[in-house]
Amino acid sequence: MNAQNQPADPNLVLVVRDLNFYYGKFHAIKNVSMDIQSNKVTAFIGPSGCGKSTLLRTFNRLHDLYPQNRATGKILLDGKNVLHSKSDPTMLRARVGMVFQKPTPFPMSIYDNIAFGVKLYENLKSSEMDERVEWALTKAALWNEVKDKLKQSGNGLSGGQQQRLCIARSIAIKPEVILLDEPCSALDPISTAHIEELIHEIKTDYTVVIVTHNMQQAARVSDFTAYMYLGELIEFDQTDKIFTKPNQKATEDYITGKFG
Amino acid sequence: MQKTTRAALKIYKARKRKNKISMALSMAGMVFGLFWLVWILFTLTINGIEAINWTLLSKATPPPGSDGGLFNAILGSILMAGTATIIGTPIGILAGTYLAEYGRHSWLSSATRFVNDILLSAPSIVLGLFVYTVYVAQVGHFSGFAGALALSLIVIPVVVHTTDDMLKLVPDSLREAAVALGAPKWKMITMISYRAARSGIATGVLLAVARISGETAPLLFTALNNQFTSSNMNAPMANLPAVIFQFAMSPYADWHRIAWGGAILITLSVLGLNILARVMFTQQSK
Repeated sequence: MNAQNQPADPNLVLVVRDLNFYYGKFHAIKNVSMDIQSNKVTAFIGPSGCGKSTLLRTFNRLHDLYPQNRATGKILLDGKNVLHSKSDPTMLRARVGMVFQKPTPFPMSIYDNIAFGVKLYENLKSSEMDERVEWALTKAALWNEVKDKLKQSGNGLSGGQQQRLCIARSIAIKPEVILLDEPCSALDPISTAHIEELIHEIKTDYTVVIVTHNMQQAARVSDFTAYMYLGELIEFDQTDKIFTKPNQKATEDYITGKFG
Repeated sequence: MQKTTRAALKIYKARKRKNKISMALSMAGMVFGLFWLVWILFTLTINGIEAINWTLLSKATPPPGSDGGLFNAILGSILMAGTATIIGTPIGILAGTYLAEYGRHSWLSSATRFVNDILLSAPSIVLGLFVYTVYVAQVGHFSGFAGALALSLIVIPVVVHTTDDMLKLVPDSLREAAVALGAPKWKMITMISYRAARSGIATGVLLAVARISGETAPLLFTALNNQFTSSNMNAPMANLPAVIFQFAMSPYADWHRIAWGGAILITLSVLGLNILARVMFTQQSK
């Protein structure tokens, strides 16, 4: 796992090196280095405030929105540092999509929710757009539930459906990586099961990085798990290993519930 | 044990009493406020309703003793309020957008917000005097344009304020979601923020129109008045508030009647605009 200065390994999508992140003066992420494998699910776990969401958000430079935020270090996508000031965040976000904790349907129809992102990058004929919308909604396991009401507002869906709509919206622009920031924390168990199933399905085509508070969820859905604490990456390994034989005492304490 | 129960009962009773007093006081306050409002509306209706007829709406203001209506004043008011809205709305929305979306954290927007709030509560006669000085006095005559300009100075701060407020109500999570898809900022604002806030912003514009349709002071220095029907914006222009003022102060009974008619017309249109604004706003919050 020592990929520094080497040509891009085809199995690695994102390579993080010495990443530091600051909210104003607060040092939220400290010297994190990690490799995200393609077509795998990587989970970030850790107690609240440990920086796992912050880390996830740097992957598509969402922190750019707020002037107080600052990131140093490298996040390499295809060997290019996406944090570089000359790197175009729009193109990055086309390749690295994101789904949030609370479902965020746009105030428009279900169809337009999907088409909005696609239109940013492609000029599709309306028949092609119809196909794309159907494809994305099918991928997100939502098509059957909404195919008769595509013109209705996305706000009319249930929470779980809204979240799948948001996943479909991300998938529709065909990114390589999908970041999920606690996607199930506002959902009931059945909707959660839907989403977890979905994560299993989409990892054949996409790389998934998920932040979760739920350790069972991390164990269920992920191939790799990173344990973070106070802005530091404590341990990062295969999920099986983290949950059965962690190297660090701190990881074990967190996982077994002695702490956090 | 007995003692604590009795003490608790005493506290409970005192709390109930305080509750009753505060409720009685707020009820009294509400009744006091409503009383005057109802009285005003009552007097207005009693005196104004008989003045409303086709002549009032179709004929221009008469000389004393002859038959006439308010057509020239209604036309002038609509033209000036319309022009003021057309000038003020885009400026107000753009400025509000800057405050809420672009300059949220900058000192420039804090300063702008402060100045805007002063403008919002500035006496409208000051705005009239301002337009008189910079426009009317320069061109040498009163005009409908000058009136519209003065009214637009009232529209702008209202629209800036509501646009800013309504855009700030749009949750950041929506903005983040749009940006995370790769939407550039202007697209995020026009497609997402405006859409989420549109009925709130439209409400602000309607309230601004309601506000200027009753303004008198800024028009006295700018549009003045005109007893003939005229749609020439470059000439003095009749308008409802000024006619009401002139006719109500006159000694003629038939002029008084027309003034009452004008007053009820303005009140009804302001009421209508407010109801419309409210309906639109509740539809958004659904």
